[in-house]
Amino acid sequence: MIVLALALTVAVLYGAGTYLLFQRNLSRIVIGLALLTHGANLLLLLAGGRAGRPPIVGEGVGPAADPIPQALALTAIVITFGSTAFLLALAYRSWLLTRSDEVEDDVEDVRIATMTALREREAEEEIVVDEEAS
Amino acid sequence: MTPLLPVIVPFGAAAVSLALGRHHALRRALGVFALVTNVVTSVLLLRQVQDGSVITVVVGDWPAPIGISIVVDLFSAIMLSVAALMVLAVFLYAIGSSRTDDTTLFFHPVYLLLASGVSASFVTGDLFNLFVAFEMTLVCSYVLITLGGSRPQVRHGTTYVVISLLASTLFVTAIGLIYAATGTVNMADLAVKLQAIDPALRDALSVLFLVVFGIKAAIFPLFFWLPDSYPTAAAPVTAIFAGLLTKVGVYAIVRSQTLLFSQDTHSTLLLVVAGLTMTVGVLGAIAQDDVKRILSFHIVSQIGYMIFGLGLFSVAGLAATVFYIVHHIVIKTTLFMVGGLIEERTGTAALRRLGGMLHTSPFLAALFLIPALSLAGVPPLSGFVAKLTLIQSGLAVGAYVTVTVALVVSILTLFSMTKIWAGVFWGAPEAPPPMPEGLESTRPRFPPLMVGSTAALVGASLLFVVVAAPLYEMGQRAAEFLFEPARYVEAVLGP
Repeated sequence: MIVLALALTVAVLYGAGTYLLFQRNLSRIVIGLALLTHGANLLLLLAGGRAGRPPIVGEGVGPAADPIPQALALTAIVITFGSTAFLLALAYRSWLLTRSDEVEDDVEDVRIATMTALREREAEEEIVVDEEAS
Repeated sequence: MTPLLPVIVPFGAAAVSLALGRHHALRRALGVFALVTNVVTSVLLLRQVQDGSVITVVVGDWPAPIGISIVVDLFSAIMLSVAALMVLAVFLYAIGSSRTDDTTLFFHPVYLLLASGVSASFVTGDLFNLFVAFEMTLVCSYVLITLGGSRPQVRHGTTYVVISLLASTLFVTAIGLIYAATGTVNMADLAVKLQAIDPALRDALSVLFLVVFGIKAAIFPLFFWLPDSYPTAAAPVTAIFAGLLTKVGVYAIVRSQTLLFSQDTHSTLLLVVAGLTMTVGVLGAIAQDDVKRILSFHIVSQIGYMIFGLGLFSVAGLAATVFYIVHHIVIKTTLFMVGGLIEERTGTAALRRLGGMLHTSPFLAALFLIPALSLAGVPPLSGFVAKLTLIQSGLAVGAYVTVTVALVVSILTLFSMTKIWAGVFWGAPEAPPPMPEGLESTRPRFPPLMVGSTAALVGASLLFVVVAAPLYEMGQRAAEFLFEPARYVEAVLGP
């Protein structure tokens, strides 16, 4: 039962994280990534199977919990914590520079896009001129 | 000799470098010393394994599937050695460059940590440890790509960090799923246990790992972040990223597809992806108007060739891939270094604002021409040898469509290289902007260290032509080993 609840939580975290990742606002993207990484860490924990007694040699009776996924999750948490902190710092810097939370368009992409648009307009104008001439 | 040295030496040097603070001369000397040691240890490791033996170390002396395994086979050792050489060359280039401030507090430690992380990804025999090594490399690359903190760097750095974090999350997910299916993350152990699980599940995991590593390697359709983020970083940073980071992804793809999922079920998928990666990359390059952006799109295009060799699933194909990776790392790093020199001299990398450099700096033109022709595959340069072996092995298994694509893309590569050549080197020299009164003597010259390291790499790429036969033979032995996972498993887990 608890496993099912955890699995559902993982699904919700992945779903919500993915949705937020598609937004244009940087703060939403950061939160989306945080949710996704939480989901991934929970998934790691779930991968270890059922809960059991503390995995210490010579203590207690009955099946012990698998310690490896816990160790993996712990490492993953530390790493994602650091990376998210860096991303937040970057987002803050971006806000300082642009005073906006939106992800900007790429300058070079915009230039190429406008180039194509200009050429298309020129071509259209030529057609119009040709028609007028005939 | 312990295979951990290429990881430990730069790592320790990074710590000391941070402690040294503002003693710039000492830090530079320390960095050069650490990276030269790195080259020496890597080449010694290569000598040790070149007869096909494997070096394994189990960290903490726990028996193999429990402790973290460190494994160096011929493929890892080749990658280690080439990476160590590039890291050293670009480090010297960075010290010489005036546009990268290597006197900022963080450049040296972070750069050395990056070198350590790259080495760690090549020597690890544990999937989760590979994730940690990737993260080490990535976190350093986040810092390096945004080191200036300027507006375009922040804008493009954000894309890079977000996409890398997403890839890391997918990696953790994939590790969680593979652990749930097999109960291990040791690669040798996985190679055995994955054979026993449901084939459908295995295929799904295989594709998931292909996506994870595909984002890092920038294969189609997961490449869009690369041409967006690489060009904004400082020249030495772009050079080392272009040379090494995507190739770490390619290494992981080759390793996982041959060792973990040792079936050729994805042969067609890989060949299609390879063809599309080549084509889309080169078409993107043709549309661009900036030296660094053109070269960035070519990274994508060239990754396609490496995946092509793997997708053939033959020893000859994989040997060609190994040769191609070695050739590509050197050539691509050199081209970006030349791009940086152009920028150092003129202050721009935009083709429309450059011209006539053949007259003003003919030596630079030569430094560009050799790797550019090699990239396109013009005989007798190393790119020709690499493409020839690739196409021969493609014809041998009848992959005619991808072979045709590879040949057409070669011509288009040559076309876009001539575009740079015509834009930067031909034409009338642009009149240099007038310098303020009394500052004429400060007009940028070519720093000897930058030109020297670039010229050394051009020399190395010419050397590849001379030693092509033994190098290819080495690649062949590496490929033979990669196709016999049982030998890897035996080396790690014991008979």
